[in-house]
Amino acid sequence: MTTQPDALDGLIEAAVQALDLPLEPAWQPAIKANLAVTLRQAALVTDFPLPDDTEPAPVFQA
Amino acid sequence: MTLNPITASAAEIAGAVRAGTTSAHEVIDAVLAAIRTRGQTLNAFTAVTEERARAKAAALDARRAQGGALGPLAGVPFAVKNLFDVAGLPTLAGSKINRAHPPATRDATLIERLEAAGAVLIGALNMGEYAYDFTGENEHYGPSRNPHDRTRMTGGSSGGSAAAVAGGLVPLALGSDTNGSIRVPSSFCGIFGLKPTYGRLSRAHTFPFVASLDHVGPFARTTLDLALAYDAMQGYDADDPVCVDRGQEPATPQLPRGTQGLRIAVAGGYFEKGPLPQPDEAVARVAKALGIKRQVEIPEAERARSAAYVITAAEGAACHLDRLRTRAHDFGNASRDRLLAGAMVPASLVIQAQKFRRHFRTQMLKLFEKVDAIIAPATAYVAPAIGQQTFPLAGQDVPLRPIIGAYTQPFSFIGLPVVAVPIPLEPLPIAVQVIAAPWREDLALRIAHALEQKGVAAAPRPRES
Repeated sequence: MTTQPDALDGLIEAAVQALDLPLEPAWQPAIKANLAVTLRQAALVTDFPLPDDTEPAPVFQA
Repeated sequence: MTLNPITASAAEIAGAVRAGTTSAHEVIDAVLAAIRTRGQTLNAFTAVTEERARAKAAALDARRAQGGALGPLAGVPFAVKNLFDVAGLPTLAGSKINRAHPPATRDATLIERLEAAGAVLIGALNMGEYAYDFTGENEHYGPSRNPHDRTRMTGGSSGGSAAAVAGGLVPLALGSDTNGSIRVPSSFCGIFGLKPTYGRLSRAHTFPFVASLDHVGPFARTTLDLALAYDAMQGYDADDPVCVDRGQEPATPQLPRGTQGLRIAVAGGYFEKGPLPQPDEAVARVAKALGIKRQVEIPEAERARSAAYVITAAEGAACHLDRLRTRAHDFGNASRDRLLAGAMVPASLVIQAQKFRRHFRTQMLKLFEKVDAIIAPATAYVAPAIGQQTFPLAGQDVPLRPIIGAYTQPFSFIGLPVVAVPIPLEPLPIAVQVIAAPWREDLALRIAHALEQKGVAAAPRPRES
């Protein structure tokens, strides 16, 4: 999965409106950079094939 | 009083107070004086609970005078990362926003337990804003400073905790660790730290960050002190929904058992790819001291770290969503930008990360059928300069902060118990992680103690103190 840089601007704009988040122009580059890093990390996770019946671990028990 | 409370261990202080060769109030006087003179240069404390500490010390001395029994941590001063509730103080969690919160009406469970063992709370400690930090820097309160070199980072987010212990202001402190916030500062400041199994120690009445990854634990300058504090804090707490009812499993009596018969391996692959030589040197010293010949590959360690990163971004943002909407300007710039970005991460990616977490746990538990403990570096480098953004690597400037937690995140991701063990390299220390299977803190502490006994591991005393 790769995300085009311009798509992040659209995602940020949409999320700000949909989630009623504040945004100032000066914040956008850093938010975009952080989001890009997180999505790159997420791509590494989603690239890994998991069986359909894998349970998530939202409340984790060691 | 022959004991020097500034250099003494918690065990030595408690022994002296119980024996009556020093008094709790003498200990507290000495520590308060040290905080007044050296505390500000380390920027470790955000509140000093002097009146409360003096009252507690007086009560301990009175009990002893009346022939009453004193606990295993009698008269031991300790301080807590300021995300722990302290009765009478607003729980800052490193933020400006929380200053306006009403004062906590009670102490966090772990403070109550340490005080029940005789320890004396002396104050609250600086930290990275809302614990979303690996540096120990804070835009509102200033950076906590590394006692070995005050121009360098303590590591974070429990930066004040590590500065206070390494700098000799207290022998014992509490911190929290979501992705490495106990182990990174232990490494940069050269002290012992314990991140227990997820669900072992109560997080009740602390300010959360990432509920499914948050742990709390102690820092100390010796393994005995670490184990004593850990044992005093164990036990079920209904106020923390993930705290598991396992009863007491004391580690302190296990410390002298050594490492004979334990199957210990060094982590290879991902953990050997560091850009600088210090982590390899530290791991090599440990391997030599323990006679470790075996290496194991942590399956998909890098992906585990990535999944932890994604969960942290999204859960951390969820924790602060309302504050982001209403108080965005009152966050530090770096925290606000990260948290706003986290609020925009699609849920499908977060759930996939949680699925990967289950998979990774299964693989790691299989690994622990073959070994009892794993040794890995805690950080890829020694403490960087405060404010440093990059470091030179192969002729290029590489961003520094994104990889500070690279070695710690895969293990907290699945809640494994880890002791950060300081190796006193010159001129700056660095820590290795001793990682055990779930609920086997005792093994990790035994190995750490053996390394201390062999002289390989130690919390070096800062030259400037």
